[in-house]
Amino acid sequence: MEQFTTIGLNHYLTISAILLGFGLFAVMTRKNAIVVLMGVELILNAANINFLAFSKFNGGMEGVMFALFVIVIAAAEAAIALAIVINIFKLFKSVDVSSIDSMKE
Amino acid sequence: MFELPSGAEIQGIIASLKASVGFFIPEIYLSVLFMLLIVIDLVAKGRKNNLLSITTLLGLAGSTIFIYQQHSLPAGELFFGMYVLDEFALFFKYFFVLSGILAVIVTMADEQFDREVKSIGEYYALIVAMVIGMIMMASSADLLMIFLSMELVSFTGYLLAGYFKRNSRSSEAALKYLVYGAVSSGLMVYGFSLIYGITAQTNLIKISLELAAHGSDSLVMILATLVVLAGFGYKIGAVPFHFWSPDVYEGAPTPITAYLSVASKAAGFALLMRFFYIAIPHGGLPPEDKLGLDWVSLLMLLSVASMIYGNVVALWQKNVKRLLAYSSIAHAGYILLGIIVMSDLGTQATLLYLLSYFLMNFGAFYVVILIANKTGNENLEDYRGLGIKMPLAGAALTVFLISLVGLPPTVGFIGKLYIFSALLAKGSLYLGLALVGIMTSVISLYYYMLIPLNMFLRESKKPDEKSMKLDLAPQIFMTVLMILTLVFGIYFAPLSDFAKYSSAMFGITLH
Repeated sequence: MEQFTTIGLNHYLTISAILLGFGLFAVMTRKNAIVVLMGVELILNAANINFLAFSKFNGGMEGVMFALFVIVIAAAEAAIALAIVINIFKLFKSVDVSSIDSMKE
Repeated sequence: MFELPSGAEIQGIIASLKASVGFFIPEIYLSVLFMLLIVIDLVAKGRKNNLLSITTLLGLAGSTIFIYQQHSLPAGELFFGMYVLDEFALFFKYFFVLSGILAVIVTMADEQFDREVKSIGEYYALIVAMVIGMIMMASSADLLMIFLSMELVSFTGYLLAGYFKRNSRSSEAALKYLVYGAVSSGLMVYGFSLIYGITAQTNLIKISLELAAHGSDSLVMILATLVVLAGFGYKIGAVPFHFWSPDVYEGAPTPITAYLSVASKAAGFALLMRFFYIAIPHGGLPPEDKLGLDWVSLLMLLSVASMIYGNVVALWQKNVKRLLAYSSIAHAGYILLGIIVMSDLGTQATLLYLLSYFLMNFGAFYVVILIANKTGNENLEDYRGLGIKMPLAGAALTVFLISLVGLPPTVGFIGKLYIFSALLAKGSLYLGLALVGIMTSVISLYYYMLIPLNMFLRESKKPDEKSMKLDLAPQIFMTVLMILTLVFGIYFAPLSDFAKYSSAMFGITLH
């Protein structure tokens, strides 16, 4: 019974795997560039949960530090990504990744 | 849970940081240059002059002095194992600074910048930032540092690819680079989190010790290797992580295409070698494992797929930039061959190949820019008859393309020769790989030679309308690159000695 009442490492890893799955699903199926970037955030946060969980159960601080840096990088990435997406919207009047395809032959 | 450090411990940490800073001078110098360029851009705004480009050139050239001084320092770890200084890192420091210098020179020749953007602004500062990021990529010895430096290179790369922001193709290139880059670096971090979970370490050397001592679950290790490889594979542009590269290379400003295809790719290879050679030198698996899928076999698959796909798809390309993009996928496959060997000879061959690729690819893109200045685009059709109108450019491009095929007497031949001999020295097991490499090189002969064929043997459809005279400075620079490509093809001992000297990696446990 105890395995249902205490939260162990496996619970964290399961949540993180589900988040990764959702993130990958969003990246692969969605056409909207903003939603694709949201999927990327899900992937990064899945990694964050892993780092924090392993840090808690391995007993080191490296995982916590890594998670902090991942959060900072994700914020920087969002800033750059939105700037590029806004520029794309100005030029193409759309943020649909599949319709922005002027170079294929 | 965690105790606060005592006063003496804090003193020790500060002393260690101070000692490490002395080994970090080139990076500090380049960071100062980066900030200086932003300030100069603010002060000299609106004026159209060469102040920024000259400052960047001199600044980057000056950094080689600081890098040269590092030869006398002992190889070792700095900043608590975050960063290393060794011959391998020094090689890539020179490599990236030289690519930065060439990128600036190539930019100065490109007239598209005059048409597309009013002022060059932070462009040069971003190039310098990318040089810093790539240097850190080649020197980092910790998962955290690898991630941070790789993101620094990626972010500046996105901005530079989309630098012509009113040009739809350049913006599209930026978007594609961004979407693929963000996904693959996200996956890479997930792989890092799994490795951290297995070993409870983030330092590469400690990871390797931990894996050797306790082993690991093979399924988790394969999953981690696969997703980490997604991040590295994106940087080196190998199949199946190549989807971004044709569009990005075609849409981005041509100097950035050259820069990304040489420098950013080399940074990816440096990281790949350091990560796999040091952290997982035995493939991360016990030999009796049933699955038997270690990173060496994964890289073999990647390499063969890249060589075949890149060379075959390039056959149908009508745009020279796009053609060179597919050829760069194929070259990623050749360089991976040198990494698979996992010996000192293999490392030497890889570094030598990177040097030769640096010369010939920058040269080819430089001529493509000079021709695009006159014709306005990069279509293969418009190259007809150009060899008669601009004989020097035609000759130079032909030399660079012969070198890309890997025929003597060019530096590209030496690169391929070393890669294949390293493969064969390892034993008959790798004979098949070498055969694939040689066969695909033969395929590449066809599409590379289409360009000289159009230039020299086909008549232009358009009547001779305007003169195709080039300026003196680009002509001299092009000739220098062409002569270097030829000279190093015959007299290659300095290059191969330098590559041999540079193959020493700190903490390596191959053999």
